[in-house]
Amino acid sequence: MGNQPLLAVKELKKDIGKKNILSDINFSLNQGEVLSIFGPNGAGKTTLLKLLSTVTDLTTGELKIAGESVVENTIHLRKDIGVISHHTFLYGDLTAYENLKFYGEMYGVNNLKDRIFDVIDEVGLNFCLHDLVRTFSRGMKQRLSIARAILHFPEILLLDEPYTGLDQHAIEMLNRVINGLNTTQRTIVMITHNFQQGLNLSDRFLILVNGRVRFEGVSNDFNLLELQEKYKELLGE
Amino acid sequence: MTFFKQIKALVWKDLKSEFRTKEMLSSMLIFAFLVIVIFSFAFDPTDETLKEVFPGIIWVAFIFAGILGLNRSFVAEKQNNSIHGLMLCPADRSAIYFGKVITNLVLMLIMEAISLPIFIILFDYSFSGSILKLILVILLGTFGFVAIGTFLAALTANTRTSEVLLPIILFPVIVPLVIGAVESTGAIFIGEEMSEILPWLKVLGIYDLIFITVPFMLFDFVLEV
Amino acid sequence: METFDKDNRYSNILGWLAFLVTSVALYMVFEYAPTERVMGHIQRLFYFHVAAAWIAFFAFFVVFVGSIIYLKKRSTFWDNIALASAEIGVAFTTIVLITGPIWARPIWNAWWTWDPRLTTTLILWFIYIAYIILRASADESEKKARFAAIFGIVGFVDVPIVFMSIRWWRTIHPQVIEGGGMNLAPTMVQTLLVSIAAFTFIYFYLLLRRVKVEVLKNQVKEMKEELRKLQYN
Repeated sequence: MGNQPLLAVKELKKDIGKKNILSDINFSLNQGEVLSIFGPNGAGKTTLLKLLSTVTDLTTGELKIAGESVVENTIHLRKDIGVISHHTFLYGDLTAYENLKFYGEMYGVNNLKDRIFDVIDEVGLNFCLHDLVRTFSRGMKQRLSIARAILHFPEILLLDEPYTGLDQHAIEMLNRVINGLNTTQRTIVMITHNFQQGLNLSDRFLILVNGRVRFEGVSNDFNLLELQEKYKELLGE
Repeated sequence: MTFFKQIKALVWKDLKSEFRTKEMLSSMLIFAFLVIVIFSFAFDPTDETLKEVFPGIIWVAFIFAGILGLNRSFVAEKQNNSIHGLMLCPADRSAIYFGKVITNLVLMLIMEAISLPIFIILFDYSFSGSILKLILVILLGTFGFVAIGTFLAALTANTRTSEVLLPIILFPVIVPLVIGAVESTGAIFIGEEMSEILPWLKVLGIYDLIFITVPFMLFDFVLEV
Repeated sequence: METFDKDNRYSNILGWLAFLVTSVALYMVFEYAPTERVMGHIQRLFYFHVAAAWIAFFAFFVVFVGSIIYLKKRSTFWDNIALASAEIGVAFTTIVLITGPIWARPIWNAWWTWDPRLTTTLILWFIYIAYIILRASADESEKKARFAAIFGIVGFVDVPIVFMSIRWWRTIHPQVIEGGGMNLAPTMVQTLLVSIAAFTFIYFYLLLRRVKVEVLKNQVKEMKEELRKLQYN
């Protein structure tokens, strides 16, 4: 791969119908970097994440993962992406094991059984591997959802408001997992309303307003108050 | 190969949860019975003329019960937004469609296999035709219904009035299928020659072919976000 | 504003043309065409019945084409064309379904005969009513257009199979009533052609108007959104 960025976004534009949702989005992410994206509701954060996760097509521009164009290699490149969202994507009438088995088969994971035991260990859900997901608490579902997202060894993790509806304990758990993942050099893009978490966990951040990147910063250069001030300044004009 | 493995995984996932809860299957079965019982109150079951409309009654029961199942088939996908999870998978979108078609087909065939003998007993119908031909007709008819029904159910699942909407958009489209299925079932029941049944089998065959192809081509558009 | 005036001028010209040709058609239907020997005056309904049916099928063909182009290009214009054409098609199909029984009653002694053509028209009517209901129950305008386009294609593909299956179905259940074989005098054919021309003009006039209404609707919606944004800030 050389010094090619793992994720490269160039002049990305997305229209839905006549409406422009995103325009002129540029950024790139090297392996192991964590990027947070902040922005008010309707700024286009979710659409941007949908574009990155290839479930929706871009209108114009370029989106490359490991140097390969997503437009041309959509299905193949999906194997490199894992998504953790406030929706868990899990099936309530299947057990934790069955959910992971299903997704593992969809992604064509090798040695699936061992891998399932590995990830379930990582998120600490061994004790309820064969319980129906329907009976899980919100935090347990979210943990299983993390296991689901990392099951197929994705290069890039996309996090869409992962903290929504989590209690303090589950938030710590999630952070441990993300941090833990980070040591294994996983690249992460995260959108969140939670400034504190977003700032602590990331190397860099973007502020998205009205479908455009209005600010780019290095996370270490900002503390929470400075970030909030900057955010207010961008919105309040 | 991956394509078929993925379809297999999708079907396994759906059938596993269905056989665990039996939600769809039990409602479909009970509903099919109810339709038949209502029909026998509406028309005198001892009347000879009822024999003539019996094939029609069977298919009405199958189709009404089928609509119930189709309406449910995308509910599980919306609960935790797992349809989105499916779209993230490195699979062609049509795999999702074919997976659902196979699941719905299996469930409907189970419902039909259980209810048809009971219908025949309830109406004391003396069956004189070939069972094999009957199975062929039921397979062709059910497949066509499920092929277009699953597709339109995926469409209506994303609308406000999904449960009400599905029959309204599905029924006019399946008219040829209903005609073909009822006519050929009737012909088989009275032991007609193959040459009498063949035109209807052709109608069913053509219908099945068209309405598995068109959804296959258009399914990507249904799942856009 | 300028384009609006220009659009208006075109549809005005079309409107006057439609009026003119329809007047000629009316004259021909009632004065020029001879009275049919067996059926009498009621046969004059034929000119409107057939012309309406022709336009109805044409309208649904336009829905089909508009739907395909919409899915390819995603332009609101083609979605508007499909929507407008579906609504006009339903209106003309309704005319067919009303004039059919009125014509059939004195001739065949039955309001409805499950004649393949008439029955197919009825199913067609259901399909496009479903199309309009489907549009109404999707939330966002993009989804509305996309779903409608998908159904517009499925519905149109279904029509020939419907017709074929109903025709076979009728041959199996023979009825005393035979489909209307008529020997048309040349003047009758001329009258029919002028009627079809008149309905075609009416169709395009309505299409233009309906699309315009939709365009204006969207403009109003956009303005409202702008206004809301301004007030919100």
